[in-house]
Order: sequence, then structure tokens, then C-alpha cells
Amino acid sequence: MNRPSHFNLLARVLHWSMAVAILAMLFVGAAMVVSLRYREVLIDLHRPLGLAILLLAIVRLANRLRHPPPPLPADLPRIQALAATASHWLLYGLMFAMPVIGWAMLSAGAYPVELFSGVHLPPILPHSPVLYGFLRPLHGVLAYVLFFTILAHLGAALFHAWIRRDGVFEQMTTGGKSE
Amino acid sequence: MSTPRPHRGSLVLLLPIVLIVALVALLFAWIGGWFGGKGVTPQAMANTAEASGSPQPGFRRAHSKGICIIGSFEPTPAAAQLSTARVFAQASTPVLGRFSNPGNDPHAPDNKAAVRGMALQLKTDDGQEWRMAMNSFPFFASSTPEGFQALNVARLPDSATGKPDPEKMKAVLVKHPEIANFMAWSKSAPTPDSLANTRFNGVNAFRLVDAEGRERAVRWSMRPHAPFVAAEPERLKNAGRDFLAEDLDRRLAAGPLEWDMVMQFAAPGDPIEDPSKPWPDTRPETKVGTLTLVRAQAQAGGPCFDLNFDPLILPKGIVATDDPVLHARSAVYSVSFNRREREISQGQARSGSGSAQ
Repeated sequence: MNRPSHFNLLARVLHWSMAVAILAMLFVGAAMVVSLRYREVLIDLHRPLGLAILLLAIVRLANRLRHPPPPLPADLPRIQALAATASHWLLYGLMFAMPVIGWAMLSAGAYPVELFSGVHLPPILPHSPVLYGFLRPLHGVLAYVLFFTILAHLGAALFHAWIRRDGVFEQMTTGGKSE
Repeated sequence: MSTPRPHRGSLVLLLPIVLIVALVALLFAWIGGWFGGKGVTPQAMANTAEASGSPQPGFRRAHSKGICIIGSFEPTPAAAQLSTARVFAQASTPVLGRFSNPGNDPHAPDNKAAVRGMALQLKTDDGQEWRMAMNSFPFFASSTPEGFQALNVARLPDSATGKPDPEKMKAVLVKHPEIANFMAWSKSAPTPDSLANTRFNGVNAFRLVDAEGRERAVRWSMRPHAPFVAAEPERLKNAGRDFLAEDLDRRLAAGPLEWDMVMQFAAPGDPIEDPSKPWPDTRPETKVGTLTLVRAQAQAGGPCFDLNFDPLILPKGIVATDDPVLHARSAVYSVSFNRREREISQGQARSGSGSAQ
């Protein structure tokens, strides 16, 4: 298969914009659950941003399936290659799971799923205390899993950029000579 | 693809990498309140409510005892001039609500309930929702959630004596002097002998937004059509544990119960963000609708039990003010809801806890 040397432009734009959005989302989420004063403003940001991430994740997955990513260096130790592949699919899984669980848990908790003043999403689950009581803590636990996976991803990216200097980091920052 | 073997960087560069990752992690932990948080959190306030009695898994952390109520809301023509909220334009909106007693004991005797709560959910035909949580007191105990939390901590029994420490209460009153007004009110105000003749007050201020985008700061109240009758202290002492629910059933069997919803408008300079300071009775008021209750139902298995009456769930046309107590109530109710639904989900709630599940 003819693999490109770099991620395509759409993949790079989505990667960096979603990186900002997801990190913002995690910090907003962490702050809003302990805030006595700013819960409302933060949650009003959290819901539409979550939906935006879900929509972008769909575009991103479609692009990823249509355009195979550049290969990892051939000399990368097997364990590192395995960790790279596993963490990337974990990130993809969580990009989808977090917004869907958020939407589902609000539905199960009989909360209105408000995006903007007067604009609502329909519930995707019936009102159910048992489901809400399961999904709400799951949303929090998976947020930590996502955060730690992003930290590992960040550490690995810098490891490739500064120590291995094998071009992996540049696959996501530049278009390469072919473009 | 033939690339020359890259020139590897020194392993010393691991240090800045570890530092960067650690910094992001620390920032996240700080934002999430894992360390360095000096302020009161919604979790701390829910913990204090839990500490005020024995654990009641599956129940609300406060106002645990309650009754579901069902009825409707019919607006007056004046209401639609004040706010674009659909509830004021639609002829009638179904209402699901809950009367409640304070405290964390879901089986507490009604004669101990000096204040009472009325929470409502109004869902209009455009899918919007208005939830509100009102109380029978005319103003809130404290200007701030911090003051309210300090008051509740001071009310907890001291570990040595088993009773609240009066010195702690004195210190709270020095720091939050407005609480004395509330204490004076609770000592002197007569308790109505029924839920049907109890007036319920929104206490927190909101803003109504009209079609021109004009905003008016308001506080609302539900004023009963049933005439006020004070409970006689002697009869109250011997009243049955659930006399409020029994009285409500008796009255509803005879016919619907009604309340006028009245908006009170702030004058320039009135304290909009301080729920401990009522506005003078001379402020202009407008009746915006009638609340009619037709049916009551035990909260056990009832439709009101697994709802969070979050006062910041507002329809278009009604917005929150910066009243810090209003925002804190929303935050603490959410913690209470998350905890109790989790207990229900994990099967920790006793049977008959009230959840429909």
C-alpha cells in the first residue's frame, strides 16, 4: 500500500483544533464539578463543545479510514509501536464515547440537553436513575482515562521530536515535500 | 523511502519532557480542586448536609422528605408582556412538582418542619423546561453560600458534647451578621397549618426578558388561595408524623388547590444578588399566572423523586442573576443528585427509598 510521508492537511487541522478543544473540555469539566459559582457558564460551554467534538470526530474517523496515516519508523521498538497504535485507537474511542455518554447520561437523568438558549437535543435514553447512576460516574472515570492518555501522547510526541528525532512529530506538524 | 539515520537527541532532554507533562497534570489537578482549593465546594456543602443526620442512601441530601404533586400552570395576559418564555404564552402547562420538609431525614415528623419547600417542573410544548425550587421562608439565611455553609457546620453536633457548640455559632454570626435576621424570623414567624395555605418564595432573583430584549430583575412567589391559618403550637405537638401529606390528600379530595404566581420587581438600588435581603413590600408586583394542583402522590415510586429541581434550568426568556446562592444551589443539588442516583444504581438504596427503580 502506498503510504504517505505525512498526515494530510485535513487530518492535521483536525488534530490540532481538536487537541485544543478536548483539552479545554477536560479542564472545563474538571472545574465545573467543583465550582460553586461558575457551574452554569461552564456547563453551557461544555455541552455544545462536546457535540462539536463528536461531529469533528466523525469527520476525522472518515478521513482516517480513507487516507491511511504515514507509517511509524521501521526501527521503532515493537513495544513502542504497539503503544502508539493502541493509544491512538483509545483516543479515537474516547473522542466518540465521551460526548455520547454525556448526552446519554443527561437523557437518563431527565435533564434537558440544551445546546444554546432554546435549542435542545432530543434524549437518547429514557429517564432511568439506574442508567444515570452508572453513566455519570463513568463519564468522570473516562475523562481521567482520556486525560492520562493525552498526557502519554504528549510525552511520546515530544520524545519523538526531541530525542528520537525520527520525523514522527513532523508528520503531524508539516505537510512534507510531496504537498 | 530512504532516510538517513537520524541524529538522536540527548537523553537529558527527557527532563523538559517530564516537566511539561507534569505541569499539565498539576494544572489539571489544581483546576479540579485536588489541591490548593481554599473556597467552599459543592461537595463540602453536600458532605455537611450528610453529616447532619444518619446516612440515607438514595435520598436527597437535604429536603429528603417530600410528596409529589401534579397540576398545571395558566398564565395571565400580563405575563407574556414581561417575558418571552413559552410558559407565559401557552394557555396551560402541565406541572410536576414536590413539596418537601427540610433536613436529611426522609421520615422526619412533619411537626419538626419549620420551613417547607415547593419545587416545580414546567415543560412547554416547544421542549423547553423551567425548574424552580422555592421555600416558605421570605428570605435566605445568608448572603453567600460560604455563610450558609458556616452556619450548617456550626449546627453540627460537637464530637465531645454531642451538641452544637454555641461558641462556634457566635463566631459565625460575627462573620455573617445577616444570619441573625433569619434566626429572628424563624423564632417569630407562625407556621401555617397546611401546605395548601403556605406561601412559597423564590428567594433568589432572576431576570425576565421581554420581546424587545428588555430585562427586569424579579423575585417570584406562590401565594395560596387558601387563607392562612397558623398551626396551634399544642395541636402541632401532637400532630401525626405525616399530617401534612394527610391534610393535603384530604384537601385535594375536595377540589384543586391554587396559588397565584406573583412577580415582584426590583427598584434601582435594590440588592439583586443578596437573597438574605428581601425587597420592600411596596415594590410593584404583577400576577403572572395561577398554579393549580390536582393530585398528590407519595414520593416513593413517584415521578418527582428522580428529578433534580435545579433552579438554573430555565426557559428562554428567563435568565439567572449573579446571586451567588442561586448558583451554589444548582451546584450542590447536582452533587446530591449524582450521589443518590449512584446509590440507587449500585443497589445501596433501601427498598422504598423512593426511586421508581
